[in-house]
Amino acid sequence: MARDQQMVMYEEEFNQIQFVVDKLVKDANAKVVFIVDKNGQLIAASGDVENLDTTSLASLTAGNIAATGGMAKLLREDEFATQFHEGTKQNVHIQLVGNRVILVVIFDARSSLGLVRLRVKKASEELNRIFEALLKKVQEPGADTPFAEISDEDIDNLFND
Amino acid sequence: MSFINYMAREINCKIVYYGPGLCGKTTNLQYIYERTNPSAKGKLISLATETERTLFFDFLPLNLGEIRGFKARFQLYTVPGQVFYDASRKLILKGVDGVVFVADSQYERTEANIESLENLRTNLSEQGYQLDKLPYVVQYNKRDLPNVADVAELRELLNPTNVPDFEGVARTGVGVFDTLKAVAKLVLTELRKGGGA
Ligand SMILES: Nc1nc2c(ncn2[C@@H]2O[C@H](COP(=O)(O)OP(=O)(O)OP(=O)(O)O)[C@@H](O)[C@H]2O)c(=O)[nH]1
Ligand SMILES: [Mg+2]
Repeated sequence: MARDQQMVMYEEEFNQIQFVVDKLVKDANAKVVFIVDKNGQLIAASGDVENLDTTSLASLTAGNIAATGGMAKLLREDEFATQFHEGTKQNVHIQLVGNRVILVVIFDARSSLGLVRLRVKKASEELNRIFEALLKKVQEPGADTPFAEISDEDIDNLFND
Repeated sequence: MSFINYMAREINCKIVYYGPGLCGKTTNLQYIYERTNPSAKGKLISLATETERTLFFDFLPLNLGEIRGFKARFQLYTVPGQVFYDASRKLILKGVDGVVFVADSQYERTEANIESLENLRTNLSEQGYQLDKLPYVVQYNKRDLPNVADVAELRELLNPTNVPDFEGVARTGVGVFDTLKAVAKLVLTELRKGGGA
């Protein structure tokens, strides 16, 4: 199995992604929408995120998707692309997009599963396009890292506290 | 693999603590968590059994400061060491940038250490990684116990390639930060070579 590709985020694509995520919050009447990569790193978030530990949520979402992905493999299913968790006040809809990133929508009684599903479908298509373009860009030669110039001193400085 | 975010000016790296059951992986993260400034850490998340054995993973996000104008963020994970959780261990290794192998120095755990290290190699290679090409350090833990093997002996068995290694007493913190710093440095050095791709 090949290793996944290096994940990079640029301003242009970030703004496109943020636009989709902001729009989804409104269109789906959601409380919170966020996007995580499969390794658990938060890519973008929108909505009522101030009181939310998005870093922890991102890691747990990725763990969740990884576990269900493992189950799918054992069952010879391709992937379980959608998950839904129903709580007493809040619900969580999780959608795997392009087998690369995870789109999470948290919503309450002001919305409904039907509406969320519908809007997620549309947003997923848009996100898929953006991420495909992003991955192509990353593959281009010359898209090299700003870290080529890191010195030993830079690294040591990180630990000087 | 590392995630470079030009927008947020962040670099995210994933470090996995591996090793046999009860060797002290979770204890390493707990100590780091306790001794890290609140502004530099997130929550320590432990998905554990009722008897405090790791069931899926522990997770601790750390901010190590700035490097070349980018925030260096490290995500520390532990795997469940118990043999029958192998499927979960494989999942946690996905996207790894650096590995800490925590060995249990007690004589009676020699076999378990060797098996776990082999398991690490196998699980990495299934995902297209090679341990010897990854940023990788070893910690000989539980040095406070009476029934421990000599470090020289452990080194011969568990660290034939001579990667950086440390004696540890994770319960009191001995060697814990030395181990973390060593692997973080290797990860950042690897980045310099070309983004860990
Ligand atoms: N004496 C001694 N005990 C230790 C040391 N480090 C950890 N322990 C103890 O060993 C036991 C197991 O530690 P954990 O950190 O939970 O082990 P683990 O590697 O996470 O185990 P799994 O989650 O099952 O893989 C706990 O009771 C710890 O307090 C050490 O350096 N010395
Ligand atoms: Mg543990």
